[in-house]
Amino acid sequence: MATLFGSGIKRREDPRLITGKATYTDDVKLPGLLYAAMLRSTYAHAKLNQVDVAKARKAAGVVAVYTGADVKDKLNTVPCAWNVPNCDLKVPPHPVLAVDKVRYVGDGIAMVVAESRAAARDALDLIDVDYDALDAVVDPEKAAAKGAPELHKEVPGNIAFTWKVAGGDTGKAFAEAAVRVEQRIVHNRLLPTAMEPRATCASYNAGTGQLTCWITSQNPHIHRFLLSVMTKLPEHRIRVIAPEVGGGFGSKIPGYPDEALVSFASMELGRPVKWTEDRSENYKVTIHGRDHVEYVELCGTKDGTITGLRTRVYAGLGGYASTAAPGIPTILHGLMYSGPYTIPNIEGTIYGVYTTTTPVDAYRGAGRPEATFLLERMIDLYARQIGMDPVDVRRKNLIPKDKFPYTVATGITYDSGNYQGALDKALQLIDYKKVRAEQAKARKEKRYLGIGVTTYCEICGLGPSQVAGAVGFGGGLYDSAIVRVYPTGVVRAYIGGKPHGQGEETTFAQIVADEFGIPVENVEVVAGDTEATPQGWGTYGSRTTAVCGSAVKVAAQRVKEKAKKIAAHLLEASEADLEWKEGKFVVKGSPDKGKSFGDLALMANVAWNMPPGVEPGLEATAFFDPSNFVYPFGTHICTVEVDVETGEVKILRYVAVDDCGPQINPMIVEGQVHGGVIQGLGEALQEMAVYDEDGQLLTGTMMDYAVPKASQMPKVETAHTVTPSPVNPLGVKGVGETGTIASVPTLVNAVCDALAPLGVTHIDKPLTPARVWAAIQQAKGGTP
Amino acid sequence: MKRTITLTVNGAPRSVEVEPRALLALVLRDQLDLTGTHIGCDTSQCGACTVHIDGRAVKSCTMLAVQAEGHAVTTIEGLAAKDRLHPLQQAFWDKHGLQCGFCTPGMIMTAADLLAHNPKPSEAEIRHALEGNLCRCTGYQNIVAAVQLAAGAR
Amino acid sequence: MIPTSFEYVRAKNLSDALKAMGKNTKVIAGGHSLLPLLRFRLAQPDMLIDIGQLRELKGIKRSGGGLKIGAATTYRELLESKELKALYPLIAEVTEHIGDLQVRNAGTIGGGLAHADPAADMPPVMLVLDATFVLQSKTGKRSVPARKFFKGPFTTALKPNELLTEIQLPALPKGVGTAYASFEQAASGYALAGAVALIAIAKGLITRADLAFTGLGDAPFLAPAAAKLVATTGDASLIDQVAQAAVAGVEANDDVHAPAAYRLHLGRVAARRALTQALAQAQRPG
Repeated sequence: MATLFGSGIKRREDPRLITGKATYTDDVKLPGLLYAAMLRSTYAHAKLNQVDVAKARKAAGVVAVYTGADVKDKLNTVPCAWNVPNCDLKVPPHPVLAVDKVRYVGDGIAMVVAESRAAARDALDLIDVDYDALDAVVDPEKAAAKGAPELHKEVPGNIAFTWKVAGGDTGKAFAEAAVRVEQRIVHNRLLPTAMEPRATCASYNAGTGQLTCWITSQNPHIHRFLLSVMTKLPEHRIRVIAPEVGGGFGSKIPGYPDEALVSFASMELGRPVKWTEDRSENYKVTIHGRDHVEYVELCGTKDGTITGLRTRVYAGLGGYASTAAPGIPTILHGLMYSGPYTIPNIEGTIYGVYTTTTPVDAYRGAGRPEATFLLERMIDLYARQIGMDPVDVRRKNLIPKDKFPYTVATGITYDSGNYQGALDKALQLIDYKKVRAEQAKARKEKRYLGIGVTTYCEICGLGPSQVAGAVGFGGGLYDSAIVRVYPTGVVRAYIGGKPHGQGEETTFAQIVADEFGIPVENVEVVAGDTEATPQGWGTYGSRTTAVCGSAVKVAAQRVKEKAKKIAAHLLEASEADLEWKEGKFVVKGSPDKGKSFGDLALMANVAWNMPPGVEPGLEATAFFDPSNFVYPFGTHICTVEVDVETGEVKILRYVAVDDCGPQINPMIVEGQVHGGVIQGLGEALQEMAVYDEDGQLLTGTMMDYAVPKASQMPKVETAHTVTPSPVNPLGVKGVGETGTIASVPTLVNAVCDALAPLGVTHIDKPLTPARVWAAIQQAKGGTP
Repeated sequence: MKRTITLTVNGAPRSVEVEPRALLALVLRDQLDLTGTHIGCDTSQCGACTVHIDGRAVKSCTMLAVQAEGHAVTTIEGLAAKDRLHPLQQAFWDKHGLQCGFCTPGMIMTAADLLAHNPKPSEAEIRHALEGNLCRCTGYQNIVAAVQLAAGAR
Repeated sequence: MIPTSFEYVRAKNLSDALKAMGKNTKVIAGGHSLLPLLRFRLAQPDMLIDIGQLRELKGIKRSGGGLKIGAATTYRELLESKELKALYPLIAEVTEHIGDLQVRNAGTIGGGLAHADPAADMPPVMLVLDATFVLQSKTGKRSVPARKFFKGPFTTALKPNELLTEIQLPALPKGVGTAYASFEQAASGYALAGAVALIAIAKGLITRADLAFTGLGDAPFLAPAAAKLVATTGDASLIDQVAQAAVAGVEANDDVHAPAAYRLHLGRVAARRALTQALAQAQRPG
């Protein structure tokens, strides 16, 4: 029987999605439903003197209004769940509604609960807030400077942590180096913009003491835990359902005040309560991404051997430490400074800094795009300085394919790789020599063609739980599956992950169907309901296939082992005499004597004739904890032409060669690459969240924040190499984030390469025409 | 003041009591239980709320329900005959033109308008026509491929 | 994003609509300018008067050598008009840039012009074509040249009780070329800087040259510098000089999307490109 593994079958998620029959959180309707609306701070930083809700409470349709003072003794503060050790991390209290101070525009001040969406919204206008404005500080580097306005009395100087990574002897490397390059790099703040805004619908049953909460969540079990902490309700009395979730990109990982407030309101009022963000509210209160200011130095020999890398990074955290925030610019960033290269000496100092802005947390790639970007940018600067082709510099420093597992200077060990293989394939696809020749010709005609190359590897498939504990992550990083076989031979897999676009309902069904030799239609994958699924840790960090998929595989294997016992008993043969053939256990040598998976499903479930000591039923649970992270890798190359008169960048070709190990469903893998690359190109070309000096978000709607449109983006040419990972039974690596990790430096390197003849060395992203033009003018003027 | 309006929704006459300020998108979702029409922004950019009014794609979050009185509204739920898929729905499925699916109903409704008036659009025309529909998952490539496939199937 | 409460009346005819207009009323047609304002509660009218369905405000009619366009004609209807495309290809070209497919299906030309967004695409077209706007109130009707209509950001010559009912386009001279060149703000699609040019030639010499900008300042404006092209053949260096002179001294908008200096630069580039293209079109035989 042909295997389903490796087959680009169509997704089983799609029929409900293309017909409008899917249920997202805001689609949930319950009898007696109330609607909540949140009053948000209009100041970035202010003392809160008085919040007068008297008029709002009396308004038509209003059922209740709550302020910070009303809830502060009833709800706990919002927890931060990644307490990175050895960095003096300071996590000040984050009240679910502000009590005496607001710390960003959007900080919650009051919640109105009313009979309709409109009544809730109307009542917000009736609340009077008396503020005393304080100075705002929106730039992490400025917030870390002496004399900056302080957000939290518990955090002098706004420094949440100072985290260091070091390997080798970087001081010596720089002292002895023949060549050094340095660059200040700013990572633009980004708005994740999952197309579905966040929402929560909470229903508390006072009779049973059970809270059911529908949440737009990438990780319902984590939300159950965080809700339990905030509401003080024991975890076993909370059921979190993440129904259809319309994208996340990290923004639906954290615990937010909103779900606790809505749950609290349902508990207080005895009626279900729903709250749904507007987009402009989403842009103010749902986490942002990136926001680094980095000082980076790289050193090496004159012939292209990189000998050291040193960074000083100011990572903006926003007004409070969001759920995973401390781990992003540290563990997921600093540890990746070696990239795919053998850099012997690495040193980084990362300051996490509170600023009067929306909290910053994991956004697609989370820390790794920033690491890859700084490294790939520095390599291009270095290559230019020593007059070497940037591809040759990369090739010279790549970890050789026979050196895996390979431990880099930051101390982590890469599982497997063939970096040269991916590089060669990408060079071949783009026809590197030819495009370099075209570039040379174009330059003579005063046309500005550029070629950008990124060779990357990234850490994902998060990850061994022991490591999670060691780095302060407030949970495990295994994942789980129950594989349950019904009497008629159909199967359900209940998983701990929560796919929200990545297609695991299909790919995991492929795994199970392969294992049992049954049609994929006979397998269903269930996710997102904590009442049905085993403890899991969610979908993020390109972990679901590698970790949760492996749990599915292991659970299915266990089911099959039990089925084999039953088959042996029924066939009056020993297990050793059986073999699995064409979806049947057959007795070796007598292929007509066999039991199909369907036969065994029935016999196990009716239990009329079980082997001695074997329990009835046919299901198994697996908790899979990987032995290491996985490290996908690849090479992206893009060619651009820059109109130097206007600063406009035109992408001519974009080639992505990625290696995520064996692909369960190549169609889905390709879709992940497309989406990731375009999202990265958005970051590289046009997306930027901007605050003014008073902390007002100037890009607070889709009129001003440039999410890529179909007409603005190129086609992506994809290809892959296949290097299995030894750390999980499927051999798979992640592919959800490779696009955003690789595409950003690829594009920026291409534009800087195009403008090299004009003397442009670096432009901070996004490379809007305005910025590219300004860089050209600056280079022409001869100013640095 | 609330008033009762009558409109045709997916081929059937419907009466619904609305405030004049009620957005068509919310009336479809909250009062007519047609939750396939989504709301993804508040400035008329994202297009997740796209429906057809008298056969033309419009953004139902930028339209008051009272403006639709007397008109024919088609939502994603009513695009195809019962238990069948519209060629665009089929093509989005075949070409992996969706991931999280939130933008998909609006995307399909806009593409349906495009193909109804330009049966053989070029790739550039497709991308231009979809400017008012944002997708954060797919990078648009397979959406364009799906529209091309549906155009070819006509 | 729910508007404040208001009453709503669907006008049966124009005279009804004009009578209903009063203190704190707003007129709605396609709604694409108004609805976002309502949703953000930046506009809080007591009553909306819906003129979107009024037949008398719709349609494109021949008038002399020109056209009369009803204010409630949608962008889609403009694009579908063969007459419009034949007589004013510029309008068809610019309309394709407005909003997006759905917005063009619902949005109306009059609504967009009366909204007077300083970065909108259509107002400079009206300046260059020297359109006349018919403004009506319950007490009467007056005609205002487009060139005197746009006063500032979202501010026009319309009085509170007046409605823009018709756009009148005069006949274009023979041997005319028109063009629009613009640079879009990536998120909104509005112009960071855009230039519309019209050039007419007779016997090889330019007889009329008009140039207007959008996106640069508080309101769209005509550039007098274009007149320098008249009675010349319009060579490239002169066009560039005109483009440069056209934006010289303009106090350009400066925001998160583009600093003033860049906007001015784009304005110059757009002007040069539009003039060059318009000239080439004018020179085309036939």
